[in-house]
Amino acid sequence: MTMRAILALVVAALVLARPAPGAATQLVADLSSREIAITTGFAGTELLLFGAVDGPGDIIVVVRGPRRDQIVRRKVEVAGIWINGPSARFADVPAFYWVASTGPLTDIAEPAFLAEREIGFAQLRMPSADGRSAAATAPFRTAMVRLKDRVDLYEETTGVVVAADRLFRTSVVFPANLPTGDYRAEVYLLRDKRLVSTETIVIDVHRVGLGARIHGFATRDAALYGIMAIAIALVAGWLAGVIFRKG
Amino acid sequence: MQIYLPIAEMSVDTLLLLALGGGVGLLSGLFGVGGGFLMTPLLIFIGIPPAVAVGTEANQVVAASVSGALAHWRRGNVDVKMGFVLLVGGIVGSMLGVWLFTFLRSIGQVELVIAVSYVVMLGVIGTLMVVESLRAWLQSRRPGGAPVRKLHQHIWLHGLPFKMRFRRSKLYISALLPLGVGVFVGILAAIMGVGGGFIMVPAMIYLLGMPTSVVVGTSLFQIIFVTANVTFLQAVSNQTVDIVLALVLIVGSVIGAQIGARLGDRLHSEQLRALLGLIVLAVCVRVAFTLFATPDDVYMLGGGGGP
Repeated sequence: MTMRAILALVVAALVLARPAPGAATQLVADLSSREIAITTGFAGTELLLFGAVDGPGDIIVVVRGPRRDQIVRRKVEVAGIWINGPSARFADVPAFYWVASTGPLTDIAEPAFLAEREIGFAQLRMPSADGRSAAATAPFRTAMVRLKDRVDLYEETTGVVVAADRLFRTSVVFPANLPTGDYRAEVYLLRDKRLVSTETIVIDVHRVGLGARIHGFATRDAALYGIMAIAIALVAGWLAGVIFRKG
Repeated sequence: MQIYLPIAEMSVDTLLLLALGGGVGLLSGLFGVGGGFLMTPLLIFIGIPPAVAVGTEANQVVAASVSGALAHWRRGNVDVKMGFVLLVGGIVGSMLGVWLFTFLRSIGQVELVIAVSYVVMLGVIGTLMVVESLRAWLQSRRPGGAPVRKLHQHIWLHGLPFKMRFRRSKLYISALLPLGVGVFVGILAAIMGVGGGFIMVPAMIYLLGMPTSVVVGTSLFQIIFVTANVTFLQAVSNQTVDIVLALVLIVGSVIGAQIGARLGDRLHSEQLRALLGLIVLAVCVRVAFTLFATPDDVYMLGGGGGP
């Protein structure tokens, strides 16, 4: 081994061994990708969220999708037919919500902390958008979380794996019906129910390729899109007539 | 192989869509119907949002009726004047229909109205077809054959004002009649995402008294324009036309229709009609089931309120 290589190794070792300056290096986290491209063949995807901590502790990972209004309806039976009955509209509902932790949330964090950061299904605020009381809309709220859970848009797991009190990882599963927008992955490191360090990573979920162009076209130039759809159908029908004319 | 539908915002198996298009195309080639009334409920069964199924199916019917209408045009089986009157009614009807659709969507009842329309229309048409073909079959077994039919029967409706002469159909009747039929079918086309041939054809034969030879061609001719109008209006006011979905369905149905047309030559028409009637009734029962069955979960995430 040359002198220079040994020197480089020593320098590297010194840099790595330096004591952590402040809270910033108590937690380092990253994702296997910081963007999700929804292509025409998109069938859902899985990202690995991983990182390192400087010692034992509990980890909570929260991934939130863009917030929007969401309507929940209840079906009622009228003369034997099930029709859409009463509904409730909620504001600031995350389109996607994934919580993973090293243990049951209430065992590793204070209720006040969970409430403040909206961690866990029970802590999502989601106020009524039509000004009704939380009590009046409670059954709708419960149903919404259950329904979103069923279509894999909401998830609460204890799936964060820690190795040797240093490395942690968890995989976040995004379903095929993923809404687009800016997603935020928040990673919290707690010790004795106290927040030690936190890190936030933004994930850009967007349509790409033909699908993106078609969707953009259909919403921006709706009239032109409609005309084009008709033109394509006319040509396709005419072509079919010509191709199969004989026989 | 999965394909992402940009407007429906979901991934669907391409082969499933092709099979669906092919299957419905086969039936439409076999029976000479557009097939929209079967395709829309099937799309809803596989999970396409009802609004997108309706808007997209209108687009697919444009393609299906163009190739059909062209074939009839070459044989001179299109009464253009009658088609035009029906069309004026159809345009008005489809505008009313899309407006109604948008309104129902805003109050969250569009799925109900689509389903009820289907149960009623499929139930009535399916029953009529089965009964009619049974009667024809019984008659053909009796010696002497079918009774001689008059050119057409005059009913009081034909005597309404604004009489018009339709040479190709050998008719002199009030223009209000085809206009009314056009409006009615236009509304259905918008709400149910169908061309409406399965309603228009019987209406033209029994209500207007048109000769059977020009009925299918004229109906297809008119359907092209009505469904094109529905496609345009749905694209503009509801953004529910998925061009990717429409294209895959068109490819499937075009191939299916050709196979169906060839198969059709080898089967008897009464048997065919009875068979189609049974298929229609089966779809009717399936749609009715979703209305009457207790849902797994009485709550549902609302679409319809916009993003």
